[in-house]
Amino acid sequence: MSPAHDKPIDAATGTETTGHEWDGIKELNTPLPRWWLWTFYACIAFALLYWIAYPAWPGINGYTHGLLGWQSRAAVVTDVKDLQALRAPMNDKIATAALKDIENTPDLLSFARAEGGAAFAQNCAPCHGAGAQGSYGYPNLNANRWIWGGTLDQIYTTIEHGARWTADAQTHMMMMPSFGRDGILKPDQISQVADYVRTLSGNKPEVADNVALGAKIFADNCVMCHGKDGKGNIEIGAPNLTTKIWLYGPAKADIEHRVEVGGGNVMPAWHGRLDEDTIKALAVYVHSLGGGL
Amino acid sequence: MSLADAERNAHMTDASEHLYAAAPKIYPQSVHGTFRRIKWALLIVTLGIYYFLPFLRFDRGPNEPNQAVLVDLAHHRFYFFFIEIWPQEVYYFTGLLIIAALALFLMNALAGRVWCGYLCPQTVWTDLFFTVERVVEGDRRERMERDAGPWTANRIARKSVKHLIWVVIAWWTGGAWVLYFADAPTLVHQLATFQAPAVAYISIGILTFTTYTLAGHMREQVCTYMCPWPRIQAALTDDNALNVTYRYDRGEPRISLKKAVVLRTAGGTAGDCVDCGQCVAVCPTGVDIRGGPNLGCIQCGLCIDACDTVMKRIGRPPRLIAYDTDVNIKRRLSGLPNVFRPIRVRTVLYMLFIAVVGGIMLATLSTRSDLGVAVLHDRNPLYLQLADGSIRNAYTVRILNHTAATNSYVLKVVPFSTAQVTAIGTPKDAEGWPKVEVGPDQTYELRVLVTLPASAADQPSRDITFQAIDQTTGHIATTSDHFLTQ
Repeated sequence: MSPAHDKPIDAATGTETTGHEWDGIKELNTPLPRWWLWTFYACIAFALLYWIAYPAWPGINGYTHGLLGWQSRAAVVTDVKDLQALRAPMNDKIATAALKDIENTPDLLSFARAEGGAAFAQNCAPCHGAGAQGSYGYPNLNANRWIWGGTLDQIYTTIEHGARWTADAQTHMMMMPSFGRDGILKPDQISQVADYVRTLSGNKPEVADNVALGAKIFADNCVMCHGKDGKGNIEIGAPNLTTKIWLYGPAKADIEHRVEVGGGNVMPAWHGRLDEDTIKALAVYVHSLGGGL
Repeated sequence: MSLADAERNAHMTDASEHLYAAAPKIYPQSVHGTFRRIKWALLIVTLGIYYFLPFLRFDRGPNEPNQAVLVDLAHHRFYFFFIEIWPQEVYYFTGLLIIAALALFLMNALAGRVWCGYLCPQTVWTDLFFTVERVVEGDRRERMERDAGPWTANRIARKSVKHLIWVVIAWWTGGAWVLYFADAPTLVHQLATFQAPAVAYISIGILTFTTYTLAGHMREQVCTYMCPWPRIQAALTDDNALNVTYRYDRGEPRISLKKAVVLRTAGGTAGDCVDCGQCVAVCPTGVDIRGGPNLGCIQCGLCIDACDTVMKRIGRPPRLIAYDTDVNIKRRLSGLPNVFRPIRVRTVLYMLFIAVVGGIMLATLSTRSDLGVAVLHDRNPLYLQLADGSIRNAYTVRILNHTAATNSYVLKVVPFSTAQVTAIGTPKDAEGWPKVEVGPDQTYELRVLVTLPASAADQPSRDITFQAIDQTTGHIATTSDHFLTQ
């Protein structure tokens, strides 16, 4: 740092310059206002107080908790409580009203759709998609073919207890046998029955001769669950095979694979994870997507 | 310590002192005159509006607040007398901001920093705080003397009273601010009985602090260091704009009164400026206007009043400092008469832009409907095949009732039939179209499903129009979307 008195003084302003010159232009060495410096010190003081008052420094086995004892988790709990208090008047109505009445009362429907929509985005969208559009193996909830039933009460029961969720005694337990893997049907039989199943929904079989043979196999093995005409049974979660809606796709290979491995998808039981009002709101929301029966 | 060390230390101290400098305290002197009177009038009018406007009532009928100016954040409404703005109409504020900016440019092109000198809240509140300071601590000389002296009981008492009054004004300023966001009389009662929401107290606290700091302590520092307008203004001004100007053609060379008399009697020429320094003494930002246009000058005109007083006393014509233009100074120096050209390309353009933006706002405001409908096509799935192969699109439709009464509306979907349209949980009218009741100043959301047979897939996209029909007035609002099949 060169001594200050060495620096030239700018004649026009009486201010000293930094001594640097660019193409004849010199830089004035105007000091910053002192309050600027004090503001900077005040920020440092604020940071120090913040460290003392709030959780701040990480350590090896934890962190400094701060004198105020503030915790983000506790703050969320308070916020959630406040929110529940705010929603309480409407939630009380949701709790006592029948599902059908919720759907037919405009303000209850708006509330249930808003609350159910939020709960859906948080809990259901990972599998069913943000718009409940589903994907391979995950049902589209806008559509009107339902594995476990599409009435308000059936949707509510499915959300409450899940499907093949063994921790819940009332869950939908039934699943399709593994016809191929367990040796019940031989590969050529599976091919024949798959061609027959395609005809149920108006699709063309790949091998026309397979249809008659497949019908016989279907009658022997499948009708117990899927019914004589293939229309399924929602009591046991046997899909209706005669519609345009397919969980795993209508291609012959898809059907063959399903007959080969059987089984069925798993959905968690939400009872105990979500409160009853939220599950009711979810049922109304899902039903209101338009596919409900 | 060697001599060299001592010298180095001295230099380092010297250098660090030069990094920061205390802002010199400004002691503006009281002044009387035309511009001071204008400033008093504007101070009373602007502060009067600010402090009392929330209490002004305006009858909008039942179901609506009766406060003339109200920002209802909880219900997302802004009320200004007979105008009510919904959040989606925020473009009116965009328009207002554009007009405000253009008005600022126009003022600048005509008469310099009119906003800074007379209307800016920073100026008005600082002026108010200066007045308090003057009443409690005395005028410029008295204040300077006392501040330079020891801390006597008198000085402590005066300072305490001043700061107390400042804090009270600041608190009142914060208090008036929150009244714009709730029913003013109710909130005043709540505040007085300590039942107001916490956010009201916090807002008052913040505004008390900012008012006290900015108007009491920061003052001209806000204008020179914080505000961008002085920089922009300097780039926007031109030679024809009126600015508070020292007429150096008349004032120079500066000379003492006695010498000037002697010189003039001898037939010589003497400047009118007697270098009394009154223009600097009254300046709220500590500027010497005689140095020419200055970033620190807020152009409040108080130096004009101060100089006029002196000119009158020494028997010289007034307005040595005046609203004048650079063009005129140069013309007078060349012996030409003054010109004033307020009609210039830029002023005409500014006025034109203001008229266009204002006209658009006025036109849309006066023709906007009391009914609205908006539609949102489901994003996912875009279309849906149902069990029997038919195709469905789902829409979220919102009907907006801008009136102050509950109205019933029928939603028609053109060109489809009632059998193809379902609105979840919604009753139907005699023809089978969805019919809803929407509360006063409220909206209502419907989920509408439109289903066409599988044969509709011959066309990838169809136009679809939603019509909301007011059952009392017959007013119709429409919006369009698409029906997708693939």
